[in-house]
Amino acid sequence: MRYARPQTLPDALALLADGTARVLAGGTDLYPATQAADLAGAIVDLAAIPTLAGIDRSAQGLRIGAATPWSALAEAPLPPALRALQQAALHVGGRQIQNAGTLGGNLCNASPAADGVPPLLALDAQVDLASATGTRRLPLSDFILGPRRTALQKGELLTAILIPEHALPGTATFAKLGARAHLVISIVMVAANIHLDAGRITTARLAVGACGPVATRLPALEARLTGLTLAEAQDAITETALAPHLAPIDDLRASATYRLGAATELLRRVIAGCAP
Amino acid sequence: MISFTLNGQPVTIDARPTRRLSEVLREDLGQRGTKVGCDAGDCGACTVLLDGRATCACLLPAARAEGRHIQTVEADTPVLTRLRAAFLRHGAAQCGICTPGMLMAAADLLSHTPNPSAAQAEQALGGVLCRCTGYRKIIAAVCDATHVAPPAPQPDGPSIGQPIPRLDGTDKVNGDVFGADHAPEGALILRAIRSPHPHAAFTFGDLAAYAARPGIAAVFTAADIPGRNAFGVIPAFADQPALAPSPARFRGEAVALLALEPGADPDLSDFPVTWQPLPALTDPATAEGAQDPVHANRPGNLLVQGRVRKGDTAAALAASAHVVEGSITTAFVEHAYIEPEAGTAWMEGDTLCIRACTQAPVMDRDDTAALLALPPDRVRIIPSAVGGGFGSKLDLSLQPLLGLAALKLRRPVRMIYSRTESMASTTKRHPARMSGRIGCDATGRITALEFDGLFDTGAYASWGPTVANRVPVHATGPYLTPNVHTTARAIHTNNPVSGAFRGFGVPQAAIWQETLYDRLADKAGLDRLDFRLSNALRDGDASATGQILGATGIADCLTALRPHWQRALAEAKAHPHRGVGIASCWYGCGNTSLPNPSTIRIGLTRDGALILHQGATDIGQGSNTVISQIAADALGLPLRHIRLIGPDTALTPDAGKTSASRQTYVSGRAAQDSARRLRAAILRHANASDAATLSLDGPTLTISDAGTTHRIDLATLPADPLGYALSAEATYDPPTAPLDENGQGRPYAVYGYGAQMVELSVDPALGTVTLHRITAAHDLGRVINPLLATGQIEGGIAQGIGLALMEEYIPGRTENLHDYLIPTTSDVPPITSILIEVPDPEGPSGAKGLGEHVLIPTAPAILNAIRHATGAEITRLPALPHRILAAIKGAQT
Repeated sequence: MRYARPQTLPDALALLADGTARVLAGGTDLYPATQAADLAGAIVDLAAIPTLAGIDRSAQGLRIGAATPWSALAEAPLPPALRALQQAALHVGGRQIQNAGTLGGNLCNASPAADGVPPLLALDAQVDLASATGTRRLPLSDFILGPRRTALQKGELLTAILIPEHALPGTATFAKLGARAHLVISIVMVAANIHLDAGRITTARLAVGACGPVATRLPALEARLTGLTLAEAQDAITETALAPHLAPIDDLRASATYRLGAATELLRRVIAGCAP
Repeated sequence: MISFTLNGQPVTIDARPTRRLSEVLREDLGQRGTKVGCDAGDCGACTVLLDGRATCACLLPAARAEGRHIQTVEADTPVLTRLRAAFLRHGAAQCGICTPGMLMAAADLLSHTPNPSAAQAEQALGGVLCRCTGYRKIIAAVCDATHVAPPAPQPDGPSIGQPIPRLDGTDKVNGDVFGADHAPEGALILRAIRSPHPHAAFTFGDLAAYAARPGIAAVFTAADIPGRNAFGVIPAFADQPALAPSPARFRGEAVALLALEPGADPDLSDFPVTWQPLPALTDPATAEGAQDPVHANRPGNLLVQGRVRKGDTAAALAASAHVVEGSITTAFVEHAYIEPEAGTAWMEGDTLCIRACTQAPVMDRDDTAALLALPPDRVRIIPSAVGGGFGSKLDLSLQPLLGLAALKLRRPVRMIYSRTESMASTTKRHPARMSGRIGCDATGRITALEFDGLFDTGAYASWGPTVANRVPVHATGPYLTPNVHTTARAIHTNNPVSGAFRGFGVPQAAIWQETLYDRLADKAGLDRLDFRLSNALRDGDASATGQILGATGIADCLTALRPHWQRALAEAKAHPHRGVGIASCWYGCGNTSLPNPSTIRIGLTRDGALILHQGATDIGQGSNTVISQIAADALGLPLRHIRLIGPDTALTPDAGKTSASRQTYVSGRAAQDSARRLRAAILRHANASDAATLSLDGPTLTISDAGTTHRIDLATLPADPLGYALSAEATYDPPTAPLDENGQGRPYAVYGYGAQMVELSVDPALGTVTLHRITAAHDLGRVINPLLATGQIEGGIAQGIGLALMEEYIPGRTENLHDYLIPTTSDVPPITSILIEVPDPEGPSGAKGLGEHVLIPTAPAILNAIRHATGAEITRLPALPHRILAAIKGAQT
């Protein structure tokens, strides 16, 4: 088998079982990794499996098929809690990439600057993994282990992203900082998902990307925001409060010091952006 | 088999299912209108529509086309027809390499948003990179593609001054034929093996055994080069091997060349070469004076030092009322044209023909001939359409490799650089470390300037000597400076080869001088524009080199900006974090004190065709159009009669290289002179005066003079030695004089001037910059074509924005277009161009050069606006957000 285009998930899982084939979803990471005209090795193309794409509502929450492209996410009518994810969808490459690249591919590629991760972390997202021998569900935070490293095991496929019911109220905002307007790899990006009751925060979920080997939530800080107004919450976001939770580095895009400050500032702004 | 609908027609093709659709379209189906710029989804040049939605064909597996509708630039649809017409009207295509991608992305947008706003168009086209236009004309064209309005017909009368759409525009909006788009039947594919180290010795294993592998036709190394294995744009400094013998001197240097049978895709990862990394000089300050130089014959790694000495700078600074001192460091900047180098070669009898992208066909011919031990007349260079050059395609790249393989194997060959290969192996803008002082008297008149610049010239000479000589001459900027002490040194390192990039080092020096002038104006208590205007060079002033200047347009440019400046300053006061910056430029057109003649030929055939042998390569800047306009007007016939030939070293006389802002001025002047000679010959024939008017109708040339009409039937004239009924040729070389040991002399015959004003906001918490508007006043002497001139201005400004805010090439780290950032649609603000005409008697109809001038003021004007907004003084470019924020904090303490 060099190329297969299975029609069903069980067929795909059978083809992937021995762990030798690579998964082709949007192709926006596989092709740039080679300079050849063709992809090397065995390829399982997910394009023909209808259940892998699309967005469904169930009692458990919202299910996003792993092969759903960014443009479909951006264009879908979704609750305000998913606004950060939809904003991120419009910042992944240009239209061409948004029409091809998939949410699941973004997670499996596990870049520290993956645009989809902070919005999903701020939604307490989970991922469904399937293999020929069974399925399992992991919190997204346990799925991405490090740069280019995930919890996917041999023969496993990421099939869906679950937004649990409890995360669907509230409003989310995303911000991404780069050195140009389009087609930019983040210097820092943040997402906030905030539920307000009578002007006071009942739940706040904050996530920061590109400030460490993996994007991260800020549970200690989130807890301190409960009961505050949005204005008070912004004041609670300080570099001192953030520093213990982030591990930014110096690289060609920015300094570590800058990243910490920018993450602080952007968090304040996305919190403000969650105003009803 | 894969079946799909391509531009309305059913197609069935036997292709591997995961083969890139871009390859299927281009190589399997021969539809090469779709361009490939990166193979990584970073540039959008390959954008096609998949069931109506824009996608990168380079990332689309062929199998995904099954049963779908694919639309490419070859399609003929009402939307594309409207877009093409709008692109031509607005001058939205310059080199044309991004145009197919832009058109397809725009077609997607217009299919659901028929009347887009500029913001919507910017968003929709944000995934397609353009390096020529600065995007504004593209956005304007997309927003104006609501109707079919053909370009205005060409004028019957004079064409100079008219906004004539480029004469080669129709090709550009249909997918022009670039270096990668010509594929002779059965051509071997060439691939280079390149050094992964900045400095490394190497040995080859069993090359003969490797060459015997299936699919491999031949392997070449330095040992196979029959001639002098050292090329270079300046013959006296030629030092760069086409294939390096050990050691390799920079990362990306080619050491071996493979010729592969068509369709073969052998694994090159086990090519038998063993690398032994050697200590590498990557810091120019360390390299300067180092014991073991990169080239044994250049002690201390000094390639060339240029200098200007005038007056007594030390004494003048000591006596100055105000003195400022400062340093600026700039980065390697990549040209990032969207067309990676590509071409083909084949033998025609004993003549080696090379068809590739280039800015300098005759230089390519002579250097390739020397490398291959051929007489120059056995090498023919046929430039392809060039998908952007900006200076880097002046140097040889793949021409000798193509030539070597075609000559040795006697088979057609083809080579296309990958994006990474292009970025790693070709020239860059020199990184500069500049420092010095400038003084003025109590009234704000400049007294003296001291400048020292260290320019990292990389592993080989390329244009390093030109940069070292140009910078000291220009480092004052266009201001009267009585005492000058400037030095620039080109220092070798094991870094990428630094060469020509729009301005030859002058943009770097302008960043230093123009940011210091702002500080000096503040110290003197003067408005920054007034300070510049009061010091501006005027007719009769002496330059730093002692040249008495005429046709100085800088005061006119600054004066034209003044109302905009006053408005912008008032607006900035009303908005927090808003800043306004200004900077000037001047730039000598043509080579520095060296000959650089152009020759243009024009002829009338016996059947009445008017042929212009135009050897100046049009890399998007518009010389095909501008030189034709000049020739048509000088001859006195309407532009529409002109048919272009060339460039082609077998068909066109040498019009020199497309560099140094010389084509409009130097080749344009040669075109004017040749057309005037042809006119004189016609008038002699008719015994008519120079007041006569000409018209051409088939082979009948009609001369009307003071009420009498004379007709020449061209068909009856004997053919001249060139085969024409009537023809003429003229050569023009700018009158310059050498610089003496103190840099005194007349380095250029013509200078162009300009000044730009930037309005921006700085986010004080993030250090990010939002550009609001750029107003650019440039003195062109005479505007030959305002549509093309404003296109140059906008494109140069876009590159200046990149230089200022985002571009930094780091070998091994930013060898692609997602880590190396160039401006995208929304990074270039609206631009207002003000065209000033201070005619220079040397230029054709008074015209001066423009191509490089337009980039020079942008970066310093941006830095000056950032300082105005925040107090931040940026000393290292690019001014990335973290550097700006650190400078803001530095200014507050």
